[in-house]
Amino acid sequence: MAAKKQPAHPLEDLIRVDRIPHIWCPGCGVGSVFASCLAAIKDTGIDYRKFTMVSGIGCSGRGAGYVKLDSFHTTHGRAIPFATGIKMAKPDLNVIVFSGDGDLFAIGGNHFIHAARRNMDLTVICINNLIYGMTGGQVAATTPNQAKTATTPYGNPETPFNLPLLAYASGATYVARWTMIHVRDLIHSFVEAINHRGFAFIEVLSPCPINYGRRNKESAMQILHSFQDKTIIQNGADPAALDMDLTKSVTLGKFIHVEKPTQDECYAKVCMGEE
Amino acid sequence: MKPAVLTGEHFLNGDIACAEGAIAAGCRFFGAYPITPATEVAEQMSERLPDVGGTFIQMEDEIAAMTSILGAAWTGVKTMTATSGPGFSLMMETVGLAVVTETPCVVVNIQRAGPSTGLPTMGAQADMMQARWGSHGDYEIIAIAPSSPQEMFDLTIEAFNLSETYRVPVFIMSDEIVGHMSEKVVIPPAKTIKTVRRRKPTGRKKDYLPYHPDKNGVPPMPAIGDGFNIHVTGLTHDERGYPVMSVETQHDMITRLLGKIRSNRKDIVRTRGYLLEDAEIIIVSYGVSSRTSYTAVDEARRMGIKAGLLRLVTVWPFPDEQIQQLAEKAKGFITVEINMGQISREVMRCVGGNAPCHLVGHPGGTIIPPDEVIKLMKEAF
Repeated sequence: MAAKKQPAHPLEDLIRVDRIPHIWCPGCGVGSVFASCLAAIKDTGIDYRKFTMVSGIGCSGRGAGYVKLDSFHTTHGRAIPFATGIKMAKPDLNVIVFSGDGDLFAIGGNHFIHAARRNMDLTVICINNLIYGMTGGQVAATTPNQAKTATTPYGNPETPFNLPLLAYASGATYVARWTMIHVRDLIHSFVEAINHRGFAFIEVLSPCPINYGRRNKESAMQILHSFQDKTIIQNGADPAALDMDLTKSVTLGKFIHVEKPTQDECYAKVCMGEE
Repeated sequence: MKPAVLTGEHFLNGDIACAEGAIAAGCRFFGAYPITPATEVAEQMSERLPDVGGTFIQMEDEIAAMTSILGAAWTGVKTMTATSGPGFSLMMETVGLAVVTETPCVVVNIQRAGPSTGLPTMGAQADMMQARWGSHGDYEIIAIAPSSPQEMFDLTIEAFNLSETYRVPVFIMSDEIVGHMSEKVVIPPAKTIKTVRRRKPTGRKKDYLPYHPDKNGVPPMPAIGDGFNIHVTGLTHDERGYPVMSVETQHDMITRLLGKIRSNRKDIVRTRGYLLEDAEIIIVSYGVSSRTSYTAVDEARRMGIKAGLLRLVTVWPFPDEQIQQLAEKAKGFITVEINMGQISREVMRCVGGNAPCHLVGHPGGTIIPPDEVIKLMKEAF
């Protein structure tokens, strides 16, 4: 009896194996989040041809390049409007936006709030590593106050976004936050987000030891430990109370999960007269 | 519910005629952002697209409008956006993404006088070089310049056909004057309108190469969900669509992207000649200024001056050969355009010192009167 061929990877059918090795650094968390996302896609049981992934620019933005789905690596900050075009032209697709904090919330911030306001039926996964990693560690809209970066050598004088609050205030109908070590919760959350009809946003904290940790004297392992030791899970927490301080406490969980008509449903009903 | 093609005689402004041309060409997705003097295109599309099962969405800015039409195009539909100068500037980075990912789309620019906010309600033709070179890097695009509401209808269909054939963004470089003038527009029966749809790949899905070109240099284009698992990136990529950061890949990709337009110039370039056979003074013009130029040629002929007009229907790619041929026997060239010298420089380049070249330009806000062309003709020749 011939031995059954071992797959190169349990998610082989969703990975462009011919593109491995990937670009992510040792100690980076993007790969774990990416694997969780693929595991969730698989877990939904939905035909892969009904999925598409869109990324912007940056380390996380390379996600679309490794997934064996119809996938798009767009311009900096514009993954959401690209995804919006796809979704509105073909509403039966599950459109996943996989990108980073710099891409989605600085250059792409305007698109994020408007897609949330429309309750555009997208799954938006934001890998938040608190920094612009690919360009060498410059301050981001998510960098903690006082943190050292390549462009804040004296410490960050600015205040970071509370991303779940921003998503909630903009109209997102599913909002969660996890870290890349919370793999089971993450996969569960991604499955929920994909199945959710409406704008789903998941923030995933992830280490950038090379460009954030190095300047702030935190090793990859120390960052992972803080993800374990300094986080509490509090589902349904008030989004206004979710400011982060990884030296003290960061609240994780699913904060918002409500049903509301989506943009494509509303367009069909209001503009096309469909029941 | 109205049909897609409103066959019959109408009295329409250029913006509305453009929208009707788009619907007749099969456009079924429009990403909008309001800007004078292009708003009527969006307004008409918002009313008409639901009639034909299409999607209209007003995005949060022109960057999003332009990006949304690329996303939608990959689902297999024909897509368009419309804007004017400031919005056109914002779209430029995404134009580059459309070029390098070979995403068909039509971008309408109802030009107004600039720079910056300029004269929002008054026409100009001063974005012509921006249309050619506004995004970074080396590339080729196609730009068409309609001169009447009828042409806004007819040439919008042409724009879609060229975009679908060559997988390249096509610009409709109109202006406020044509956009807002109302004239008779004849919409022919649907079955007489020739429309082109992008070719889809056939054959094996395994080892499929999304950027492997056909004979005309253009690869067939699958849609999301067709099962080809395509990867589409703005990074320099090989025939698999995979990013490859190498000099060789950059060379191969750029060579083909430029080549698919340059080597098909005969099929793409459209010009119209008027009294060119015995012309000694050649007027070169396009868009609304070609209307000035027709009148100027007639006036010159009445005065015994042998003038003729080369009208550029497509401005990009530029009709080098036609102008080079005319330069062999012409006494001089006059370019008429509502800017301070853009296409006139291209004319000068092609004439190559074989004849004097002049510009009748204008900083914008109004059409150029034919008298100014006549005046220059008398002074210069």
